[in-house]
Amino acid sequence: MSSMNKPAFFNEMYDGDVLRPAYEHIVELFAKYSPDELALKKAEAETIFRRLGITFAVYGEENNAERLIPFDMMPRVFLESEWRRLERGVKQRARALNAFLWDVYHRGEIIRSGRIPAELVYCNAAYEPSMVGITPSRKIYSHIIGIDLVRTGLGEFYVLEDNCRTPSGVSYMLENREIMMRMFPDLFHRARVEPIDNYPDALRRTLLSVAPVKCDGAPCAVILTPGAFNSAYYEHSFLADQMGLELVEGSDLFVDGDYCYMRTTRGPKRVDVIYRRIDDAFLDPLCFNPDSLVGVPGLMNVYRSGGVQICSAPGAGVADDKAVYTYVPEMIRFYLGEEPILKNVPTWMCHKQDDLTYVLENLKDLVVKEVHGSGGYGMLVGPAATKAEIETYGARIKADPAAFIAQPTLALSTSPTFVESGLAPRHVDLRPYCLVGEKVTLVPGGLTRVAMREGSLVVNSSQGGGVKDTWVIADDA
Amino acid sequence: MLSRTAESLYWAARYMERTDATARLLEVGYRMAMMPTASGGHANEWESVLAAAGAAQGYANQFDEATKVDTAEFLIFDEANASSIRNCLRSARNNLRAARTAITSEVWEAVNESYLRLLDMEQKRNLSLPELCDWTKRQSAVLRGAFSTTQLRSDGYDFFNLGYYVERADNTARLLDVKYYVLLPTIDMVGGEIDRFQWLTLLRALSAHRAFHWAYGGDISPDKVAHFLILNPSSPRSLLFCAEQVDRYLKHLSLANGARTPADDFASDMFEALGTARIDEIMAQGVHDFLTECIKRNARLHRLIGESYLFGAV
Repeated sequence: MSSMNKPAFFNEMYDGDVLRPAYEHIVELFAKYSPDELALKKAEAETIFRRLGITFAVYGEENNAERLIPFDMMPRVFLESEWRRLERGVKQRARALNAFLWDVYHRGEIIRSGRIPAELVYCNAAYEPSMVGITPSRKIYSHIIGIDLVRTGLGEFYVLEDNCRTPSGVSYMLENREIMMRMFPDLFHRARVEPIDNYPDALRRTLLSVAPVKCDGAPCAVILTPGAFNSAYYEHSFLADQMGLELVEGSDLFVDGDYCYMRTTRGPKRVDVIYRRIDDAFLDPLCFNPDSLVGVPGLMNVYRSGGVQICSAPGAGVADDKAVYTYVPEMIRFYLGEEPILKNVPTWMCHKQDDLTYVLENLKDLVVKEVHGSGGYGMLVGPAATKAEIETYGARIKADPAAFIAQPTLALSTSPTFVESGLAPRHVDLRPYCLVGEKVTLVPGGLTRVAMREGSLVVNSSQGGGVKDTWVIADDA
Repeated sequence: MLSRTAESLYWAARYMERTDATARLLEVGYRMAMMPTASGGHANEWESVLAAAGAAQGYANQFDEATKVDTAEFLIFDEANASSIRNCLRSARNNLRAARTAITSEVWEAVNESYLRLLDMEQKRNLSLPELCDWTKRQSAVLRGAFSTTQLRSDGYDFFNLGYYVERADNTARLLDVKYYVLLPTIDMVGGEIDRFQWLTLLRALSAHRAFHWAYGGDISPDKVAHFLILNPSSPRSLLFCAEQVDRYLKHLSLANGARTPADDFASDMFEALGTARIDEIMAQGVHDFLTECIKRNARLHRLIGESYLFGAV
């Protein structure tokens, strides 16, 4: 076990040589299984995942081959007291981000007050001029917010980034729990894990609570998917199934007059709320990208006149931009009059001359990201990069400084993970999914992503990261 | 229900039933190939099989001669053959994937496992042709079973069954036509040992030779088999039975939707025509002509179902 005690990183399982309270029972219970039994369980889990079709496609690979996300059976555990603080922080952030979105599509008070530079917002590629003056139901723009968190110490959490558009991965959170309950029923019996299976209900209530003003009677909500060949299709169908909502493609919807309808075998049926899992640009070929085949012509007109609600609102992405990110603590103070509960990672913005100089001089110690990138594509992890990689990346930054930000390499906490030689510490992050509707809801759990390679800090599934079940247990369990 | 979902269910059932029919056709082929040819001449079972599968042209583009190995490869695994078992299974899976919210996890798992297993078998090539045929028939039965034991009896169930019976009627007509038209062109062989054996094989391939004996007793004769596969209301593959089921599921749909469709009218006409037909009249008219007509009407029915329920509307 000595290898589990690398001092530089916070170890979520061990405090020196002492087990932390959160992991006491779990270690004891897992000790009952022999390595052979565990190997068998792991194979069983993979069979179930594949049979259920919980696969994802990696873009750029041949035929977009269907792959499994590596699943680690060792859960990542939070004590309830730790979780409550996180929960308050996440909800606070979700409220502030929505207040910001309403503001920048109306009077822009935060910009007038000089707290955020105007060009950062109004010249942002994710800023959507056609949204100016539109007020969505309950003034909510982003209804499902995924906030990526990392831990660096006992009570130390940093927000890595916010995802205000259509964060994915929640189906893994739910399926990981299902699999764990199926394979290790005694663990749950003993550990009193807080349930998360009300998430689909909470999501449905959230969607129905933002039905547009013109909706009379029971609102009809649907999920809009780009189709079965999208990398996250499994999740779209899973959520539709769990919520009992229709899963529609763009060609199933059409606009007639003031409303949007879906084509059914019994004729047109009006749709009031669209939880869209396609990007802004593809929503409506008449308003955005004219080549879009997955959108609905005329949808934005219906939206503007209050005939339909789109979740999340077009243009919500301006709040999760990596440059705007640095101002979120300021938003919390400005709109809510509170101090931020969760910390931001210090960020250097390469469009500022001083920052750029610093970044270029210290590339080997920094993590550099593209402002509009996602999924772990196109980033540089300085400490893990070769000299040549650093030089090439430096040249890219110099060519277009405004497209990059840099952050210190965080000492991501480790969580025990099954690897070939047994249990070993691997770096993890956490994405809880906050729902914003009539109420702000956060189920006690989230998606823990784990970097399966020793020492690696990149947890994205497209880069070989795995997932774990995430538990919140009572402090005295 | 979304029109697209209805269409996906309909097609998934058609593709699944087609894998079953192709496996049965192959079974007819290899059983007949085991029979020595009376004339000592060249046996053409595999050409008949390809013709019945509607794959003769596609096959001829790739191969010169119809052999067992090439025919089996073409009908089971070939990427270029849109109706190969592999392609049908993949299409069934894609359709069910697109309709994932309208099916139970048992149904999805059944089709997904079949497909993944077939890919595995395609690589390993460790099964003989009879084993592959048996396996395919079993997969189709498992999916059918999962569907009928777990699905909600809603309109999705009706669309799925429509697909099944439209496809099955087509397949029965084609199978029967192989025996009638393609396989035995010389009149002097009618009633001979080979003739009898071929009828028996056809019944076996439809898992119906025992049922046939229960229903008719005595010797196999062409008119009895034709009656069994065309007009017998209790034979689950007969054209009459399929027409009855299609009529039933269409009625069920239009009752729930509150409006009759052109497909309803056409299907009840088909059902009525078959219900009042007589086998001696069909034999007099010529079975091949009769079957050709049936296949055409079935295709028209397929189009009408699509038009009535907005399949493929954009």
